[in-house]
Amino acid sequence: MTVHNLYLFDRNGVCLHYSEWHRKKQAGIPKEEEYKLMYGMLFSIRSFVSKMSPLDMKDGFLAFQTSRYKLHYYETPTGIKVVMNTDLGVGPIRDVLHHIYSALYVELVVKNPLCPLGQTVQSELFRCRLDSYVRSLPFFSARAG
Amino acid sequence: MAIFSVYVVNKAGGLIYQLDSYAPRAEAEKTFSYPLDLLLKLHDERVLVAFGQRDGIRVGHAVLAINGMDVNGKYTADGKEVLEYLANPANYPVSIRFGRPRLTSNEKLMLASMFHSLFAIGSQLSPEQGSSGIEMLETDTFKLHCFQTLTGIKFVVLADPRQAGIDSLLRKIYEIYSDFALKNPFYSLEMPIRASLFTQPSWAPDPSWCGCFAGGRRQLYWLHKSLQPPRRLCSSCNAWQWC
Repeated sequence: MTVHNLYLFDRNGVCLHYSEWHRKKQAGIPKEEEYKLMYGMLFSIRSFVSKMSPLDMKDGFLAFQTSRYKLHYYETPTGIKVVMNTDLGVGPIRDVLHHIYSALYVELVVKNPLCPLGQTVQSELFRCRLDSYVRSLPFFSARAG
Repeated sequence: MAIFSVYVVNKAGGLIYQLDSYAPRAEAEKTFSYPLDLLLKLHDERVLVAFGQRDGIRVGHAVLAINGMDVNGKYTADGKEVLEYLANPANYPVSIRFGRPRLTSNEKLMLASMFHSLFAIGSQLSPEQGSSGIEMLETDTFKLHCFQTLTGIKFVVLADPRQAGIDSLLRKIYEIYSDFALKNPFYSLEMPIRASLFTQPSWAPDPSWCGCFAGGRRQLYWLHKSLQPPRRLCSSCNAWQWC
């Protein structure tokens, strides 16, 4: 079990934060383009899922998986989107993504007067705390490779 | 536990077969007196609730029927615009049925090709080498399972999040597609499937589907002896059979 990478988007599609741990393949496009592609895909999945659903939805889109990885998605009512890619063995991690939002982003970025909202997060404290939190997760293993 | 719908998408992203097997739920019918306490708006040729969620009527629900007569997009059964009809105090009291808007066949085509692109982007953004596209997509109301064959055809099944055994269903649908659509001499590749053997409901997953199609398939063979596929060795009973 492992964590590949993590994206944090605001409601306008700006990538607030990106970090990666065990990422074996890059998308082959510049990072800025990759963020746009990821946000665009999530935006389309959201509208796709709300149209396809046979019932009224509450949380909406939660996760998808391919043959090699699983993408977990969490969105707050204010439109902040937390996206984590892990391997296939990881179960639902809504609480983990919620923790990243509520205990790290809100506490260290929203409540920090020196962090302007709607821009890439520059706070070193946020980066460090996020990195140590993800490394402490039970499904994060420092598998070589 | 249920299967909600089945989609078959060709390698170019076109929808070639679609089946829905769920009864519309969460519909609410109420009688209203003149000033209507809901805000309705026109969206995509439909009249949707924009504000005023109550009594099972939710924002995003569409007007499905007025006084028991089904509406046709934004027009009532006798061809008047729904919004104009509801703005006229002379038509009240009026009974309106609201529910989730049903997908039109155009929207289904659009959603199928949209999934085709999402599938490709999903594999491009992979953090691991050699990833396929989206195989399973999870939401709180349904799970979407997708199986792509080597020839690029995608079989997509929408099912209840707790429904198990969808992988074998997808492979069974592939087998039925190969037997009854591909082997039909009148079927042209990549075109919508109209072959009655493939589309007829005797194999269609019904909401009480238990994970086995054997009964339905045997029935198909009974009915259409003339189109029997070659016999093969059955792995369970080790005899030459039609099963």
